[in-house]
Amino acid sequence: MYLPHSEKDKEEMLKATGASSFVDLIKQVPSKFLNPKYNIPEGMDEAQAARHLAGLAEKNRKVLNFVGAGAYERYTPAAVNAIIERGEFLTAYTPYQAESSQGTLQTIYEYQSCMCALYGMDCSNASMYDGASALAEAARAAVRVTGKKKIVYSGALNPQYVQVMKTYFANATEYEFVSCPLQNGKTNIENINRTVDEKTACFILQTPNFFGIIEDGEAIGAAVKAKGAMFVVSADPVSLGILKTPGEMGADFATGEGQSLGLPLSYGGPYLGIFTCTKPLVRQMPGRIAGMTVDKDGKRGFVLTLQAREQHIRRDKAASNICSNEALCALSATIYTTLLGPEGMRELAETNSGAAHATAEKLTAVPGIRRTFDGEFFNEFVITLPCDAEQLRRKILVKENIDIGLPLRQLFPGMNNELLVCATETKTMEDIDRLAKAVKENL
Amino acid sequence: MTDNRLSIEKSVPGRRGITFRNPLREKAVVSADMRRKTPPRLPEMSEFDAVRHFTKLSTLNYSVDTHFYPLGSCTMKYNPRLNEDAANMKGFTAVHPLAEDEAAQGTLEMLYNLSSRLTELTGMDGITLQPAAGAHSEFTGILTAKAYFMHRGETERTEVIVPDSAHGTNPATASMAGFSTINIASEPDGRLSLDKLKEKLGPKTAVVMLTIPNTLGIFESRIEEIAEAVHKAGALLYMDGANFNALIGLVKPGDMGVDLMHLNMHKTFSAPHGGGGPGAGAIAAKKHLLPHLPMPLIKKENGRFVCDYGDERSAGRVKSFFGNTGVLIKAYAYLLVHSAKETGDIARMAILNANYILAKLKDIYPCCSKEYCMHECVLTPGHDLTEKGIKTLDVAKALLDKGFHAPTIYFPLIVHEALMIEPTETESRETLDEFIKAMREIHEEGLANPEVLKAAPQHQTVKRLDEVTAARKPNIHW
Amino acid sequence: MKPEELKYAKSHEWIKLGDEAVVGVSDYAQHEMGDVVFVELPKVGQKVEKEKQCAVVESVKSAFDILSPVSGTITAVNEAVAADPAILNQSPLDEGWLFKLKPENPADAETLLTWEQYQVFIKQA
Repeated sequence: MYLPHSEKDKEEMLKATGASSFVDLIKQVPSKFLNPKYNIPEGMDEAQAARHLAGLAEKNRKVLNFVGAGAYERYTPAAVNAIIERGEFLTAYTPYQAESSQGTLQTIYEYQSCMCALYGMDCSNASMYDGASALAEAARAAVRVTGKKKIVYSGALNPQYVQVMKTYFANATEYEFVSCPLQNGKTNIENINRTVDEKTACFILQTPNFFGIIEDGEAIGAAVKAKGAMFVVSADPVSLGILKTPGEMGADFATGEGQSLGLPLSYGGPYLGIFTCTKPLVRQMPGRIAGMTVDKDGKRGFVLTLQAREQHIRRDKAASNICSNEALCALSATIYTTLLGPEGMRELAETNSGAAHATAEKLTAVPGIRRTFDGEFFNEFVITLPCDAEQLRRKILVKENIDIGLPLRQLFPGMNNELLVCATETKTMEDIDRLAKAVKENL
Repeated sequence: MTDNRLSIEKSVPGRRGITFRNPLREKAVVSADMRRKTPPRLPEMSEFDAVRHFTKLSTLNYSVDTHFYPLGSCTMKYNPRLNEDAANMKGFTAVHPLAEDEAAQGTLEMLYNLSSRLTELTGMDGITLQPAAGAHSEFTGILTAKAYFMHRGETERTEVIVPDSAHGTNPATASMAGFSTINIASEPDGRLSLDKLKEKLGPKTAVVMLTIPNTLGIFESRIEEIAEAVHKAGALLYMDGANFNALIGLVKPGDMGVDLMHLNMHKTFSAPHGGGGPGAGAIAAKKHLLPHLPMPLIKKENGRFVCDYGDERSAGRVKSFFGNTGVLIKAYAYLLVHSAKETGDIARMAILNANYILAKLKDIYPCCSKEYCMHECVLTPGHDLTEKGIKTLDVAKALLDKGFHAPTIYFPLIVHEALMIEPTETESRETLDEFIKAMREIHEEGLANPEVLKAAPQHQTVKRLDEVTAARKPNIHW
Repeated sequence: MKPEELKYAKSHEWIKLGDEAVVGVSDYAQHEMGDVVFVELPKVGQKVEKEKQCAVVESVKSAFDILSPVSGTITAVNEAVAADPAILNQSPLDEGWLFKLKPENPADAETLLTWEQYQVFIKQA
């Protein structure tokens, strides 16, 4: 389909190789394996394929979405797409030949800078796969640095992140993972003091936490440090437009999910793992890092640096095996953050807070519905319904094309009537009224 | 003159790009003691200035769209724009990853169809699409193998065997998964030594990781014997599928005794590289390994598509949510427009193109292998160049000035001063001829004026950069 | 240090034997490595084993495992070289020393090369 070769080309090129036939050219391959039968449909032309794909896209329900839980509906500004669709960015590769990749390298440097600014940290890498794997790598780094094998995490850490973290330790039995119990949906200092000890490599906090509640990071950080453990914080980057930063909390490593910075939901990816740390830990960061330097003539330039940490040099002694990352997603997030600037990030955060609070107000006005936890929240919150949450969700989805939120039973057994509801800046008052009406009528 | 100012250096306090006028903002509740003390130090630019800034930066890049990009092992083929249109369809981008199966039937059908095609092409029985990249896939594969042995009670299998020609991600992955790596030196022809393999195989072996064709572009002709030896020792044969572009539509790894393998959507399956990502990977496996793959797998039940989350035998989760669906769509779109024969032609033409380059350059850039190559070849500068002090690095930098992105350099590690060239099947003969001409000119220039070559590149945005200071005193943010 | 007074390992480390032995890398090694950008040293009090990795030297494009020529306990590390890795290139036998240790077993040194033997060894390489 995309092959340029004419028959003449093939003949002449084959002749130039010295091979008598194509079969001769691939004689290294045992003939018994060549040209098996493939049960594959006929190839389409582009128009047919486009039609088929559009047909599939149509089969997804168009819903009014109130689900968050780690992936947040955003409006992506048109200017972002216009840039990342440019072939010079889209089809470039890892900037190993720095002199011909200054565009990519400078944007990586700017990405790293924006993430340090948002998270209040000293250093950032060029990206990881997603928030979950970034957090898992931070936990691995803490274990490497301290030499300790116990990891304590807040009971309000995203359950998928907990799963990924355990998988990243290859299910080795020498590591101990302890969930720190919550109180009223929040991390509790007494429980930290009970669970964190001298065997603990790090304590992991998520804020806003999985239930949407804003944690008291500074006090928690102090308690963790007092116990001699490292402090790892996972935070939504949009919330940091206004909320206290992991840097202010004394975090050693701070990670997050960059999808929130304007990447489409796209059923789970590609997303963006943000990974930052304090200056003394810079060599513990996995993955690529871009640095500013000068060329032979003293002109400013950018280059991949600290490469001797990476897999292509250290091989089995590398901190991580990561090679490709989420470069284009990082670029997208950089353009988004640049277009918004500090003021825009604050407005975005406030709009999210406002949308969520308006939604909470309208939902709790429905008889029988109350907020499950009463701490201050950012852009999502948990409500307790007077009925089964999964059933209500399905009913309203089919009837009204509204996805009212994430029922918590699967992730937190026993929470059958609880629903995690999210409202981002993409919601209007009309949307919220529509949600409240649908819920009220279908309870 | 290139303006190499950072966005922050072009910023003027008070300038704005995007604003928000949603009235819901007034209902925000953020207590004073919850707020950050100072605003983040981010750029302040108008939308126009930001667009101009990033557009100009894009012009400083070499890319597949603009330049021949023969990076060995990376498969820098044309990235069809149909793929992009498909991934950007609103119906696909708007689906929340935690949506019920009921609300995502279009996406699930796409993933099911893609899974079927990929298992068919690999000769396997099932596939997970959760990994986000090649290295991530390798990690997934090794963890799957680990889970498999754990459930069989074979916990003494703690070793992974890897040839010394392997990509660095292979041993790095083994370490991450808690295995120790046993390296095997390759034969002089670059192939895996069957004798040395048999020496190291034993009750402690969990997995043997092989790249096929290997990183020298050579097919492991004794693969049947290799697979037999591996299975006899009770171990699993993992195939690193980074070089699948040489096999797609031509050979099914499942037929050769491979137990599990990974695929790179951003290599063989034409998803764009994006400056270093995002990619998407997959682990395709034989029946006995399927319960141990990360879940969910997509199944079809009564005409509906569902996510099957398996049970506790699964190795776990390597990423949040399903996978890099937005990249998987691109692989799907790519496969839609290829019949079975056309799929095989991808590999055939990739092999023809690489051999054409090998034939036309090996007289002055020797190849350690005397055979035909598969989809890539590894060359090195000859004695005539090296005795003038010319290294592979100098050849690479000189190519940049001639308007080509350099091939992969200094990999594989077992070839001294390696130059790994993978043209891919989408390059025309004219482009290959231009590349060959440029390489021959560089050879001439290297003999006549080695100092000029060593000063390359002269015509890029910057000249050779001070990487030593960049590593000693890192400056990694403004 | 006078090169003739030192002993050498085939992995290019030198050692000045004594109650507190001093270890570094040879001039040949620093030349082969190129510009050193980072040095990772062992900790004081750490036990190290003969021919096992105990430190790492990084250049821009490579990382080199430093193997301890003898078994023993680390008594001192060179903070100056950690702070300014260029010192290792400039003065590999003097200011560029890496660490000092208390050797455990005198027999460990018997397999090491003399200066003359080391010269022969690197010529063959």
